[in-house]
Amino acid sequence: MSPIKIRVEHATVSSRIGVAIIAVVLVVLALAPFWGDRQMLRLLAEIFTFVALASLWNLLAGYAGLVSVGQQAFVGLGGYLLFALVILAGVHPIAAILIAGPIGALVAVPVAALIFRLRGAYFAIGTWVVAEVFRLLASQISVLGGGSGISLPAAMVISMAPTRQLREFEIYWLALALTVAVLGAIVALLRSRHGLALTAIRDNEMAAQSCGIGVARIKFIVYVLTAFGTAMIGALIFLQKLRISPDTAFSVNDWTAFVIFITVIGGIGRVEGPIIGTIIFFVMRQTLADLGSLYLLMMGAVAIVVMLWAPQGLWGLIAQRFGWQALPLQRHLVLAAKTEEPGGIP
Amino acid sequence: MTAWLNVILQGVLIGGLYAMFAAGLSLIFGVMRLVNIAHGDLIVLAAYVALMVTETLGIGPLTSLLLVVPAMAIIGYALQRLLLNRTLGDDLLPPLLVTFGLSIIIQNGLLEFFTADSRKLQAGAIEIQTFQVMQGVWVGLLPLIQFIVAVAVIAGLQLLFYRSALGRAFRATSDDQAVAQLMGLDTRHVFAMAMALSLAVIAIAGVFLAVRTNFDPAIGPARLIFGFEAVIIGGLGSMWGTLVGGIILGVSQAIGAQIDPGWQLLAGHIVFLAILAVRPQGLFPKVSG
Repeated sequence: MSPIKIRVEHATVSSRIGVAIIAVVLVVLALAPFWGDRQMLRLLAEIFTFVALASLWNLLAGYAGLVSVGQQAFVGLGGYLLFALVILAGVHPIAAILIAGPIGALVAVPVAALIFRLRGAYFAIGTWVVAEVFRLLASQISVLGGGSGISLPAAMVISMAPTRQLREFEIYWLALALTVAVLGAIVALLRSRHGLALTAIRDNEMAAQSCGIGVARIKFIVYVLTAFGTAMIGALIFLQKLRISPDTAFSVNDWTAFVIFITVIGGIGRVEGPIIGTIIFFVMRQTLADLGSLYLLMMGAVAIVVMLWAPQGLWGLIAQRFGWQALPLQRHLVLAAKTEEPGGIP
Repeated sequence: MTAWLNVILQGVLIGGLYAMFAAGLSLIFGVMRLVNIAHGDLIVLAAYVALMVTETLGIGPLTSLLLVVPAMAIIGYALQRLLLNRTLGDDLLPPLLVTFGLSIIIQNGLLEFFTADSRKLQAGAIEIQTFQVMQGVWVGLLPLIQFIVAVAVIAGLQLLFYRSALGRAFRATSDDQAVAQLMGLDTRHVFAMAMALSLAVIAIAGVFLAVRTNFDPAIGPARLIFGFEAVIIGGLGSMWGTLVGGIILGVSQAIGAQIDPGWQLLAGHIVFLAILAVRPQGLFPKVSG
């Protein structure tokens, strides 16, 4: 008897096409400073930050099952860390962004220890309470502007690059690089053993637990890692904005409502979902004139409709119908038996 | 010394209001394990409904309760029957995201309709009437009335839960949905009645809120958080625990405000987080989350 050789294949036809398309798109985007104007660069950078935030939220809620409506806590934390490091410690803004990540993760550890005592929707509201606490604490820090906020000092901004155009290119490339890094890390995580565990938790938590997966530990690690990424993105967002205040830094509408709607409409529980969702969101925003609160109202209604009748989202529908994937994340078991004697197992 | 007594007394009285915010939340969670993220915004909606009623009919806020409470109850029944019943099930995501979407819709709908202007309901002289309890300690009449009504509402809910047919239906459905259906209960109707009752309590809370302080479309989430904190401090599933939780929250905020006005909300949150750290099941838990 010969052993049946098995191997796990990740790529499919659709994923090969998807990866090719993504590669081309990335090259085009990297060259955007040469074909796009200032507005286009700002818009693209905003799109990138939303893709990253939504992907991180998707990892948290879609895969680990931790629905957080308080991620704005870490967006604001990242922003305030940037301003604190730049203004109080004279750190270079880009270095400050890179430092904000680990500090965000460190802060997430005691936060997680506290709010993991809550379950389900109570956990969600608990994350919101934490975000509120961060906001209230931020408005108490008078050296960073207190309740009215503070602007980034011109000298520190100029230290980034000699001309304004170069600075904008720098921030744009930073946004692109950070988003690609976040997405790359998420894909790498999902390709690994831990990703397999996460996908199992996504599909059925109890079954995953009965297979021996340490669900609580993985949830904790995912929460901390998501905080890491979210803090860095938050720092980047406020570097671009050049001004921070507690209400904008910890705004539920900007950093949580939009992110949730993007992920739900695009497809929760799949990596491609947030990307599709962000594109839809920004297409809607550009084509529909600025309707203000009516726009949020519509997004809320669309999200409810999607959640009730197509909970897997747009990409989920496509993936279910056609079996496509844009990134090689599936796991196919391929049997490749070799026989050494005639009449063996074919 | 009397200053602190005053502070604590005010905290207790506003705790009653917080307990009313929480009672509706606690009720829904007890019956159908649903946490309504739009709860705070529904309180604000009730305040605006009361505003419309008082402005068009020219009646006082407390009289308007006669109209607002049934109106909100009907809205609650329809909301549950038409929308939220579809989200109930084992999956955690749909009710959370649907109620979150609802929260955003209500906030922005109110913003479109009423603008962001701060409003307040006028209840007349009763708002500023006070009486002296002892040397140096005064109690406002309106806060006292609100506290008494809050206690009455919670007592009423307890009575309903444990002494009435509807309450039996609630408890049966909460214990085991499938068997309750076997016993002949239409769970869709039971859930809708629970939501209607919750919104009736929300209506009272909303009108009291509107009389007591300024309101605008954006203050909903903060009320949700207060209600939620009161429920968690008091313990899931216990109505009297919710009252205690509300009082503790109110007193913490009052003490925090006395130390430094900017610390009011923060003090409440910190006490909540401390209780969460030390006794996560709350003070008088009856149901496990």
